[in-house]
Amino acid sequence: MTGPVASAVVRAAPRASRGLWRDALRRLVRNGPAMLGLVFIVIFVLGAVLAPLIAPYDPTIGSIVQGKQPPNMTHIMGTDLLGRDEFTRVLYGARISLTVGTVAVFFGLLFGCLIGAIAGGAGGAIDGLLMRFIDVLLAVPGILLAIGIVAWLGQGQIQIMLAVGISYAPIFARLLRGSLLALRESDYVIAARSMGASPARILLRHMLPNALTPLIVQATLAAATAIIDVAGLGFLGLGPGDPRVAEWGEMLTDSARFLQSAPYLIFFPGAAIVISAIGFNLLGDGLREALDPRLKR
Amino acid sequence: MLRFVVRRVLGAIPVLFGLSVILFLFLRLLPGDPAIAILGQHATPQLIAQIHETLGLDKPLYVQYLDYLANLLQGNFGASIIDSRTVVDTFLQRFPVTVELTIGALIFAVGLGIPLGRLAARHPNGWIDGLVTVISLFGISIPIFVLGYTMVYIFGVQLHWLPALGSIDPRLGVTAVTHFPIVDAILSGKPNAVIDSISHLILPAIALGSIPLATVTRITRAAVIDVSNEDYVRTARAKGLTQSRVDDRHIMRNAWLPVTTVIGLQVGSLLAGAVLTETVFTWNGVGSWVVSSIQNHDYIVVQSLILIFATIFLVVNLIVDIGYAFLNPRIRYS
Repeated sequence: MTGPVASAVVRAAPRASRGLWRDALRRLVRNGPAMLGLVFIVIFVLGAVLAPLIAPYDPTIGSIVQGKQPPNMTHIMGTDLLGRDEFTRVLYGARISLTVGTVAVFFGLLFGCLIGAIAGGAGGAIDGLLMRFIDVLLAVPGILLAIGIVAWLGQGQIQIMLAVGISYAPIFARLLRGSLLALRESDYVIAARSMGASPARILLRHMLPNALTPLIVQATLAAATAIIDVAGLGFLGLGPGDPRVAEWGEMLTDSARFLQSAPYLIFFPGAAIVISAIGFNLLGDGLREALDPRLKR
Repeated sequence: MLRFVVRRVLGAIPVLFGLSVILFLFLRLLPGDPAIAILGQHATPQLIAQIHETLGLDKPLYVQYLDYLANLLQGNFGASIIDSRTVVDTFLQRFPVTVELTIGALIFAVGLGIPLGRLAARHPNGWIDGLVTVISLFGISIPIFVLGYTMVYIFGVQLHWLPALGSIDPRLGVTAVTHFPIVDAILSGKPNAVIDSISHLILPAIALGSIPLATVTRITRAAVIDVSNEDYVRTARAKGLTQSRVDDRHIMRNAWLPVTTVIGLQVGSLLAGAVLTETVFTWNGVGSWVVSSIQNHDYIVVQSLILIFATIFLVVNLIVDIGYAFLNPRIRYS
């Protein structure tokens, strides 16, 4: 058995179980839509990683004479205003969007879990104070908080990661705190406490592993919104701030003025954002069903 | 009930207070001299001195905050450095545009989401349910600006069915009285202006309403399926009531509770989404004002708008909470 996760396993599977994670993995692999989502993600990750090898052109070099070419045999997605190959830029854009999006979610998890773990672990006045702080962050709706933070920190990839991450932290903090509060009175935590385990040990070894599953699901779904939000910041002119860098959101802004003559410049980066977001949404839903089979419809 | 309302209203005050502290520090902790951050590197010493004076930057920090708070409580949010107009003035002019857009999006999301959710719930796992699942997956995965430009291209540029940009055709010469485009068109007494303003609203409302549509559909579907399994629904069917009567009188009445809550919660996503939607469709609402203020480093406006958006969001949530407690006595007494 795998220690503290054992009680969750007993609840999850009617037959002799092989462990929460192996059971979940098997359910996930059998979930068609989730696997489709994973395929989408893998395609984009491979495209991003292998961009220097598979991209036919340089993402920063082009000539204005060859600008705004519709898709053809030499440029399968056409060329942008400056004559740069659109396919190449979509591939390189995947690097920025996926990296910035996932690192932002990681930052959000880090800040959120830190606050949630302290609040849920400590309880009392510290919990009250931290949760009021979370309430303040939650009062600024959606992407507006990220917009405000970028306006303050200035443009750049790290700043965007921090801004989107901080705007997601409240969700993770609340989620973790809620799980921890529910676990505080569970039998095995009381048992560990009565055996003299230190509060830090109880939190890290006994409670956190059992509070992980909703966080994993939420983080996967957040990756989808993070990709959309990062592109949104780029679209509003708050992107990485370097015109040479290919970023899906910024590519859209640049092309919007030429919607009539070059609609494909909106279509390809737009499709890239949508497909990668669908990938994370499908995988997230699949993970939710796999980790908590009671939710399966 | 009164105690519940008082408790909830009092609960919102510390949140606004905390936010005002953070936003106050936001402006003061800008790198370097806040006055230079606001005015740019080439500002004249007179202008810099003026900003120092307005913000009270030479006073101690806590005095500055108290002054700021006192001003806020009197409805004085400061003025834009771009056009020197007060934030409140411009806000009152632009906010109706955003409200109209938000209401349009909400009508689209609720008007389509509830029937779709009910339809999907009637035959769970059937083909309609599958289609609804796909629609809501797209709804949450497509950014507002991608959907917006796609619709502008198809319905505006290619088919010429709907106007692509702006909230009303300026050539119609409608004078702004209430600043709600449709209301002003009605007041102008020109039927073609009314039709024009409504047709300008359709594409932006769909773009902004796509995420709420997905959420409302999902929640309605789940709520209806949930209630359909209740004993009293089975009893209603057993005594021979027609399907539509069971649906309306027994299922929907109870399914409304979670659905209304979720609709209220959409207001936050709509306000934030208005920033993107108004930029795509070049509407002169509060959302596009946020964007232009950030681009112009008009930090006083940005600071005030974030506070105003949060206040609206909190107030709407408060109304939803109170409405929910009113509908559902179990909440009120817990």
